[in-house]
Formats: sequence, structure tokens, C-alpha cells
Amino acid sequence: MREFSYRRASGVREALTLVAEHDDARYLGGGTNLVDLMKHGVETPGRLVDVRRLPLGGVRETPDGGLAIGATTTNSDAAAHPEVRRRYPALSQAVLAGASGQLRNMATVGGNLLQRTRCGYFADLSQPCNKRAPGSGCAAITGAHHNHAVLGWTGHCAATHPSDMAVPLAAFEAVVRYETLEGPGEIPLADFYLPVGDRPDLETALPPGALITEIVLPPVAAARRSRYRKVRERASYAFATVSVAVALDVHDGFVRDARIALGGVASRPWRARTAEEVLRDAPATPDRFRGAAEAELATADPLPGNAYKVTLARNLIEAVLTELAERDGR
Amino acid sequence: MTDDFSSEITLEVNDVTHRLRVDNRRTLLDALREDVGHTGPKKGCDHGQCGACTVLADGRRVVSCLTLAVAAEGARVTTVEGLSGEGGLRPIQEAFVRLDGFQCGFCTPGQLCSAVGALAEHAAGWPSAATADVSPDGPTTELDAAEVRERMSGNLCRCGAYPSIVRAVLETAARAAVTG
Repeated sequence: MREFSYRRASGVREALTLVAEHDDARYLGGGTNLVDLMKHGVETPGRLVDVRRLPLGGVRETPDGGLAIGATTTNSDAAAHPEVRRRYPALSQAVLAGASGQLRNMATVGGNLLQRTRCGYFADLSQPCNKRAPGSGCAAITGAHHNHAVLGWTGHCAATHPSDMAVPLAAFEAVVRYETLEGPGEIPLADFYLPVGDRPDLETALPPGALITEIVLPPVAAARRSRYRKVRERASYAFATVSVAVALDVHDGFVRDARIALGGVASRPWRARTAEEVLRDAPATPDRFRGAAEAELATADPLPGNAYKVTLARNLIEAVLTELAERDGR
Repeated sequence: MTDDFSSEITLEVNDVTHRLRVDNRRTLLDALREDVGHTGPKKGCDHGQCGACTVLADGRRVVSCLTLAVAAEGARVTTVEGLSGEGGLRPIQEAFVRLDGFQCGFCTPGQLCSAVGALAEHAAGWPSAATADVSPDGPTTELDAAEVRERMSGNLCRCGAYPSIVRAVLETAARAAVTG
């Protein structure tokens, strides 16, 4: 590991300054991904600015009836918070479906958004990877890609975004707030992750040196009846092959509101707007649920080794919609 | 401003205060093992995937291999060496011994610290991915084998002593419920 200096910031402005004044500085939150990537030599910061103890933790109510989750809130505290569990159960479920109890106690929600792909080639310095070494090529597209993207990828990179938490955040239209030395800003989650294009190393729309301060969840009535379901290669403690967050509001047998996002299928959490459109004001029937899932996946473009994800994603969307509709009908 | 690559830190390990100068790259795991001399926490994968290095930091279970020692400055750390007190083994330790919750024992220090943390999390009302309804308004979910397996999934045991580990954790939880 490259030698680095360490600074603990006592305020947001100090943190921003400590990063801005150094060529090669990174923020340190829980470190569960960054420290690991430093051990692999993928990340080589010259300075770490520890923001874990900044007063940015905790969950607060917003005036419009939503919630704001502070950036340094641990995954554990976010998942266990009564209002998160009551108003956005799929968010609690998604966070609990990620990593292990130990890692959730360390990891922060701000860092969760910025974690890097778990594509094996990204962490392997002996292999080409356009995300790690721009222009070097992609070993996954012609190599081991059974767990790679089926939507929105390009010939430059087919890696998936690993976050579970970001999937319901996409469905619920969360907003990421940040600070810079020039002042605060915010980005809707839908625009937070950049399209892959020809620069898969450029992952987010955050300005350089920006520090995430909180994630804001707008009020979403349907979210009170929401569910996160994750399929993975073992029963626990593994990244998703495909996951889905669904919120569904059914009234008199018709869909009033449906929010759907997929994980494990693209370089970012995949908001299933096409499926949502098919469901809007439609009868809440299994046929319609299946049709919505099929419409969403019509543009899927699997690699030779991951076509199973298209079937899996379709079945997952249909199954969770059906489950929520049945629960609603009770 | 000069940037140093090492730092002075204070760690309170098993109720003893240690002042250390550490390379900023030093993990809490290496600081515990090499500087403090507690070799209970084990280096299995060193990448946060196996849980053998699990310790309690300020009462919460963490993997010490991905915790930088410098970032743990001031933390109150409990390793497996600090679990038992003058009264003897903790109930979870006694249950592991009596129910064969291990074979080679390499993962056991991490399993024990993780179990202490997991039981405290459950007692605090935290749901898990095995909890059917995460709503805070219903009754707290009872621990069962599926809950224990999920909550302990961050600790691998290559001997496969899982059935006995699950029994030991369940029995300890049941005893705590009876004795309060």
C-alpha cells in the first residue's frame, strides 16, 4: 500500500479544504471498500481525510414528510431506524441485504453511494480495465461476465453497481445533497450516476472535491408498502445477481402508483420507468405485471454468459409485484 | 503543512489504555496483534470477507482488518481476550465449548465477538434480512436458526461447525431472555 497522510476533519469546511489543498486526497468514511481497494493497489490516495466523525449522522424528518439520512449514518443505524422501517421498508430491507453485520456497522450511507464495482477485473492490476485504467480495455466482456450488466452497458465496460441501498433510493427518487467550497448542491439519484459511455472511470455527477452531506427521501405514499428482494449466489453475504425494489399502491384493483428499480443489472441502479408506465392506472393483474416486466427488459442486451439475468429480472419484478398486490388485497 | 505518514493514537483495549505510534497504513488488526500483543483476532482473508478478525469497537462488532488503526483513535476495543472476566467464561463462550461450536478454532475468536455483537443488536430490536416484516410497530422477531444464520453470515467457518455455532448462539439468547 502506498504511504498516505491522515487528517481528521472537525467540520465540513475543514474537510473540503483538506481535500482541495492536496493533489491526491480522498475522503474516508467507514473504509470498508476504500481500505480494501488500497490493499489491492487499485486506490492509491496520498492523503485520507477522515469524515466519519463529522456531525453528519442521524435521520431527521423533513418538513414535507420525507426523511433525510445524514451521510455519516452507518448502514446499521439507517436500516434500524424506526421511521425508515415504517415509511420506506424496502430501504431498510435493502441495506440489511447488503454485506455483513460487521461491515454494516462500519459503512456509511454516503460511502455506500460511492462504492466501486466488484467486477473481479477492476480489482486485478494484472488485467485491463477501462474503469481502473482508462483506455486499457475490458477483460470482462470477453472473459468472466456471468455477473455483469444486461442493461445500459457499452463496449467499454459492463460492470454493475454493487449497492443494494441505492436501488430503493432510485425507486423513491432520493436526492443526494453535497457541499463544496463554492457552496452546497444537490443531485437527484436518477442523475447521480453517469451513463457508461466511453469513460466508465467517471462514475458520478459529483463535482470534484464535493462531500456528500445527506440523502433526502421525498414522501412516497406507496413506499410504506414496498419490498426489496435480492437474488444472489449464496443465501447471505453476497452481492446481488439481480435485485428489485418495488413500491405498489393498488386501489379498487387498479394500480395508483408503482415504483420499480433493479439492482445488479447495470452500472447504476436501474429505474424501471417503462414497466411503471405500463402499470399506471392499469388493472393489478398477474398478466399486466408480467407484461410490465417484459416491456422493461425488451431493451436488455445480455452478454453470452449472463442472459439468465434477463429472465431472472423479469420473474423478480413479476413476483414482487404479485406479492405486494396480494398483500394489498388482504 | 507537512504530511506525516504515521500518527500517535490511543486505544483502550480490554480496559487497558495503550499509546501507540502507528504507520497510517496499519490496520486495527495488525495494531492489536503486533503492537498490543493480543493475537486473539485472526488474520484470515485480510479483506473483510471472513470475519476472523472481528472485534467490538465501542460496543459494536467490526472487522478490524478494514479498520485503519489511526481512524480507530480513542476507541474502546474488546477482543476475544476481553470477553471473559473474573467471573469466568461468558455464557456464549461456555456454550461454544459445551456444544462444540468449533473444530480447529481459528475462526472462533471472531465468531464469539460477532455473536456478542449480534445478540446485542437483536436485543436492541434491530431487524435482519431474515426478518419477514421490518416494521417497528410489531413485536420483536424471535431469534431462530434462520435469524442466527443471517446475522452471523459475516463469519465463515471452514471446518463447517455452523450447526453447533447456531445452537450455541440460540441457547445463549434463550438463557439471556430467561435471566434478563
